[in-house]
Amino acid sequence: MRLEPVANPSTARRLGLPALAIAATMVVAMGLALLAGASPLATLGQIAVGALGSKLAILETLNRATPLIFTGLAVAVAFRAKLWNIGAEAQLYAGAIVTVLLGTGALGGPLVLPVSALVAMLAGAALLLGPVLLKTRLGVDEVVTTLLLNFIMLLFVSYLLEGPMKDPMGMGWPKSQALIPEARLPRIVDGLRLHWGFALAILAAIGVWVIQTRTALGFEIRAVGQSPEAARFAGMPVNAVLVKTALLSGGLAALAGWSEVAGLKGLLSQDLSPGFGYTGIIVAMLALLHPLGVVVTAVFVAGIFVGSDAMSRAAGVPTYIADMLTAVALLCMVLAILLTKVRVVRG
Amino acid sequence: MPEAEIVLRLDRISKRFGALKANDAVSLTLRRGEVVALLGENGAGKTTLMNVLFGHYLADAGTIEVFGQPLAPGNPRAALAAGVGMVHQHFALAGNLTVLENIRLGTERLWARGVGAAREKVERLSRDFGLSVHPDARVGRLSVGERQRVEILKALYRDARILILDEPTAVLTPQEAEALFATLRRATGLGLSVIFISHKLHEVMAIADRCVVLRHGRVVGAVDTHATDRGALAALMVGGELSLPRAEARAAGAVLMRVDGVSTPDRGAVPGLKAVTLDLRAGQITGLAGVSGNGQAALAEIIGGLARPASGRLTLRDRPVRDWSPGIALAQGIARIPEDRHHQGTIGDFDLTENAVLETYRSRFSRRGWMNWRAARRFAEAIIKGYDVRCPGPETRIRLLSGGNMQKLILGRALAGGSIREAPEIILANQPVRGLDVGAIAYVQSQLIAARDRGTAVLLISEDLDEIMGLSDIIHVMSQGRLSPGFARGTMTAPELGLWMAGQKFESAHAA
Repeated sequence: MRLEPVANPSTARRLGLPALAIAATMVVAMGLALLAGASPLATLGQIAVGALGSKLAILETLNRATPLIFTGLAVAVAFRAKLWNIGAEAQLYAGAIVTVLLGTGALGGPLVLPVSALVAMLAGAALLLGPVLLKTRLGVDEVVTTLLLNFIMLLFVSYLLEGPMKDPMGMGWPKSQALIPEARLPRIVDGLRLHWGFALAILAAIGVWVIQTRTALGFEIRAVGQSPEAARFAGMPVNAVLVKTALLSGGLAALAGWSEVAGLKGLLSQDLSPGFGYTGIIVAMLALLHPLGVVVTAVFVAGIFVGSDAMSRAAGVPTYIADMLTAVALLCMVLAILLTKVRVVRG
Repeated sequence: MPEAEIVLRLDRISKRFGALKANDAVSLTLRRGEVVALLGENGAGKTTLMNVLFGHYLADAGTIEVFGQPLAPGNPRAALAAGVGMVHQHFALAGNLTVLENIRLGTERLWARGVGAAREKVERLSRDFGLSVHPDARVGRLSVGERQRVEILKALYRDARILILDEPTAVLTPQEAEALFATLRRATGLGLSVIFISHKLHEVMAIADRCVVLRHGRVVGAVDTHATDRGALAALMVGGELSLPRAEARAAGAVLMRVDGVSTPDRGAVPGLKAVTLDLRAGQITGLAGVSGNGQAALAEIIGGLARPASGRLTLRDRPVRDWSPGIALAQGIARIPEDRHHQGTIGDFDLTENAVLETYRSRFSRRGWMNWRAARRFAEAIIKGYDVRCPGPETRIRLLSGGNMQKLILGRALAGGSIREAPEIILANQPVRGLDVGAIAYVQSQLIAARDRGTAVLLISEDLDEIMGLSDIIHVMSQGRLSPGFARGTMTAPELGLWMAGQKFESAHAA
């Protein structure tokens, strides 16, 4: 058996295989439900109802999708340049820390929100600057450095919440003070939990799409990702492009932390992110790194998580099924993408 | 002396890719205990022929016999099973495994019994053939020469009686190459037959009994190495029968660029530049002949902005060059046609429009960072029309184009210029027609002549002496990083240039 490239994949091949991947994911989901002793079809149904069955459910799904859109965009931007930023989780926390520092009384008035967003982006960008400079100057693998920064950042947050940033009125819990009202993102509709962070995330997706398709920088990012050698030969400043890409990616990931703190939680705690930075990788890969696709896949993945929570309460299937489903969806999709480009040949 | 039995017979093998005849009725015989060199430039069809032998390609016509038995076509295992082993230029070894494990990998299960027997066989083979390498050493720690020995042992372990070596000395130091030759002499003494693929004349003279010369897919000569010399081989290799554009003599203009005493460090086995001085004049084609790997790449990198000289300097229109990069070179009116059009010249998954503006997207197709894709597309359409690029349209991914059409796009892009200054003043054309069919060759060459006639300085780097002699107003030869004096059009013959390419003339010039 060997793989042979397909020069020009047909439309049927390009659309049919991803559809097959989703179908395969469903089949696996039903198998998992069966293993847990529940009815397969009912379990799928309950996940769908839990994610989309009511206005509240839909808004909850969109809320959950918001940080995933930001981290998904961060990963999509970086991966497009073949800059493997695995550190969106750390950049998210960098943004969250800044948001709390600026939002708990250091600044007041209407400028708090835009300023904290901007500074948060700078913090996230700064965090990725180190790894990218190590990569361009010394050839250090950014997968390792960005991944390890995640753990350093989590411990740093833990230190902050046990020490300098600990809320004195917090009954000893490791959490920060709450944001002042001006530092909070308002809700889109009064009384419903969905906040403006979601709208900003969609704007960010459109912005990234415009950058990639309409600007010279976007052209450079794609060229460097496709072929650094050809980009360099054509006179592109390859290292500068990588640094700019890193700044954009880190800034986007930091906005996830900013919007979670300012829009939803109102304070910093160690459970702010249940792995949004890592899930962002799945979101971006499922979207084939397309920024508008990221919005769709973020909502899809968020729906699986929110729906699984609800299903778990009703059917008694553990919520871990959500992690397994997103993982299976990713594996099936990666395989489907591979199979659009190559075919398996005997001999 | 009675002739030894024929162990391998390739009979009138033909293989065509589109319009390109990669192999045109190529025949070759190999006798027991003999070393036959397969000589030819890049793109002459050597690799295609070996791929046909190993069943990776199906020949359009022709037959193969190994030890008198016909070989089933299109089956990669058939040749191996028949006792033909190949050592590729790029080794296929697992660095984290030992020598013994690598040798057994793929033929037998590593955990199966018989390790002792395998070790004995490897030790016996390495003793018999003078391939000293420790069976338990990790391959990752071995030198390149030692790794090559492992590859040869691997083939011998699989009972190969015909060994094919693809440019085996390309990665070796002279001492390692000498050791390899000693091994080969021993091996042929033990009845092994060897096909030695190379384009280095002195090695072929040193090791081969016979020599088959390929050119443009055809056998242009099969000679005994005892009955020939380097100059004759060089002339055969580069030929003289094709009628391609020839530039008329023309008066040269001012010096646009001067490479002044430039040296660069050696890169492994590839020599660096040795105090090279070269003038590029307006309205003149300067031909740079030489076997590839003799420093041409280093010179092209320096002129194109990819590298800076370690010593010596570069002057452009009488001003010394300070900051130097591909972008600056472009902005200064230097157009480049790269040696590797697939990896340097184009981005395969980008469409024609994107590839057309790859060098000028900032200077000509964007404003304040915003791309003007409409203008870019018009530009691509103009190149497609003006340079006869055969394609479905500007939104086609360039990887789907043939090499010739890809090269026409690169040519159009280069001749349009890299800056506000319209046409380029200097063109660096590195192997501009390698791998192209004859029609595309003639087209690209005539465009270079036309550019010269408009007053452009052209540096033409090529391994093809025909091309060099047909186009150049002045010819330099490169060998081992040294540059020969410039010879005016018509003052040199191919055999004379061949001697310079082989390096002999440098020595005698030095001695004199």
